[in-house]
Amino acid sequence: MSTLHTVNKSPFERGSMATAFGHVLEGDAVLTIEDGVYGVRKGGTFAKTIAEALARCEVYALGPDLAARGMKPEDLAEGVKVVGYDGFVDLAASHARVCAWL
Amino acid sequence: MAEAKKKFLYVNRKAPYGTIYALESLEVVLIGAAFEQEVALAFLDDGVFDLIEGQDTAGIGMKNFSKTYRALGDFEVRKLYVERESLEERGLSQADLMPIVYEDENEDYAEKPSIHLVDRAEMARLIGESDVVLSF
Amino acid sequence: MKFGVMVNEGPYTHQASDSALQFVKAALAKGHEIFRVFFYHDGVNNGTRLTVPPQDDRNLQKQWSELALMHHIDLVVCIAAAQRRGILDANEAKRQGKDADNIAPGFRISGLGQLIEAGIQADRMVVFGD
Repeated sequence: MSTLHTVNKSPFERGSMATAFGHVLEGDAVLTIEDGVYGVRKGGTFAKTIAEALARCEVYALGPDLAARGMKPEDLAEGVKVVGYDGFVDLAASHARVCAWL
Repeated sequence: MAEAKKKFLYVNRKAPYGTIYALESLEVVLIGAAFEQEVALAFLDDGVFDLIEGQDTAGIGMKNFSKTYRALGDFEVRKLYVERESLEERGLSQADLMPIVYEDENEDYAEKPSIHLVDRAEMARLIGESDVVLSF
Repeated sequence: MKFGVMVNEGPYTHQASDSALQFVKAALAKGHEIFRVFFYHDGVNNGTRLTVPPQDDRNLQKQWSELALMHHIDLVVCIAAAQRRGILDANEAKRQGKDADNIAPGFRISGLGQLIEAGIQADRMVVFGD
């Protein structure tokens, strides 16, 4: 019974993304929303963190938050998937619980 | 028809006084205690600072709410999980935390510790076993 | 699926209220039920009717109020958090001897028990905050 983890802050501002990845179990998913989407850009300081996380769980970015911030799907680290709010709802429904890392 | 109890996990990751989250999280726990669900509190990242012994707020003019954690036993809240790695990263050990106990009615009201040190992997499992995770 | 939603921040300063609103709309569009939206911490500030946001930007309070009206969604502002921050309905204003109230339509003030009840009754709780 897996968990959807949400991360809403940039890892450059706050440690919540790193903490979230530190608490993920097999089968969980991490969805970055709001400023959290900055954390899944390709390259940069957190590229390795994201790559390691992708080996254990699915990682998503919320499309509308990317677009708002001038980011495109091709700017993201490989393996990160983009979903809309409808996908967010689906993820929340398909996992047993949602854990917000604020 | 009695509904099955749900496992509530209150996630505390923020230090006290700099923001209100630790205090208002505790207020939810106190009210929530009346609903007879399974309750556990998680303290990780800067949330471990919520439980530090010897908080003295006189100089900052704010209410010292730390003693309320000690009263949690009276509200049947007995599971305070503190993350070991979060303590170590901050140069802390369990000795720096307030002694928080509950009275076990099954053992002649013997005092038992409410604080349980868990490592990160165990904390992840605790999250994964909860029904409702409330973050503040 | 029945969703419970918690909003921990006030309008505009943080994106939390916007994100929650968009999530709720998407959930409704998919045929899910929103059991309750519970406003806590500064989230209670979403429930004042006295905001005058710039005309060329969204009016968060109106959007929440309209959602409540159109889809019969229960928007609850926590009384303890509201008292701290000055969000009152007529009853509270009278009870506390204040000369005004400011709660927005569609919102109601109630206790933290409503949050716990949402956790118990909903299938999923989703928290939006800072």
